[in-house]
Amino acid sequence: MKEKRATKNGVKKKGEGYYYGLYFLGAVIGLYIVLYLLEPDSIQKALKASGNVLIQIVPVLFLILILMGVVNYCVKPKTVSKYVGEGSGIKGWFLAVSTGMLSHGPIYIWYPLLKDLRDQGMRSGLVAVFLYNRAIKIPLLPLMVYYFGTVFVVLLLIYMIIASIVEGKVIEMIERLNFSRL
Amino acid sequence: MEIDTRKQEDSKNQRTIANSFYIAIKSFGTTLPMLLGVILLLGLFSVFVTSEMISSVFTGELLRDTVIGSLIGSISAGNPIISYIIGGELLKEQVSLFAVAAFIVAWVTVGVLQFPAEAAILGKRFATARNILGFILAIVVSIATVTTLTLMAIP
Repeated sequence: MKEKRATKNGVKKKGEGYYYGLYFLGAVIGLYIVLYLLEPDSIQKALKASGNVLIQIVPVLFLILILMGVVNYCVKPKTVSKYVGEGSGIKGWFLAVSTGMLSHGPIYIWYPLLKDLRDQGMRSGLVAVFLYNRAIKIPLLPLMVYYFGTVFVVLLLIYMIIASIVEGKVIEMIERLNFSRL
Repeated sequence: MEIDTRKQEDSKNQRTIANSFYIAIKSFGTTLPMLLGVILLLGLFSVFVTSEMISSVFTGELLRDTVIGSLIGSISAGNPIISYIIGGELLKEQVSLFAVAAFIVAWVTVGVLQFPAEAAILGKRFATARNILGFILAIVVSIATVTTLTLMAIP
């Protein structure tokens, strides 16, 4: 009975998210049309820039799609809760920090996979930690060092990892506060 | 008989793999309009917001500039390389390292442009809390980093 209700809610939520996405896309296209009437050249440049972003992220999108399929097939909720669930402990935090650093592509293409993992039992705090540590891009570190110096970059990275854990802990505290009210 | 059972098991497994990918594609498809909207917004941002516009908002006052740095970083988006280049330019224009550090941290940890997608997929409460905390933490990380750097420089 509970399962049935959960599935029904899940379908409803998915539908709502899809229509919300369509409204959002419609609003952005509307903005493009209005701006095109005012500045057609700039809008052409903006479309070109968006096209370039899309071309760049297509390989990562495919990678994430495959990852989502593999996660759905191989990873069971029990495994998720063992490694990144409530009882995962320090191992979970370490996993979220390291996978966040190693992940590629823009932040928004990771949302669907993280949603799936959270639905299977991943802690919200660890989702936040993963997203925060995506800020640390290992291939870009030499460029960062070039602009700001090695000591600055090392200190910044250490404080960013600490900040990510603080963010994760605070988000879990906020969620717990809301749950206790229900 | 055994072969039949194995065939049945294989087809069951195949169905499960196919189902797993079907669910993944369906789940991804649901978020696709939102992702396309964000990508189109990024295009508009890259054309209409220039680095000159960003550098013109800094005032020279340390704390205010750090908050402004975090604010501008939060509403900006794109490849982090762009934030390093703009950050480098801001330093040349005598904008404080506190403000530049807050700017480059907020650029990658807070996403105002991506907020609609994050709220729709991961939940409004989660997205709001994460972005507000990211904004505050960008200021804290910047102050901690630059203060430690200054302390280390003192012999």
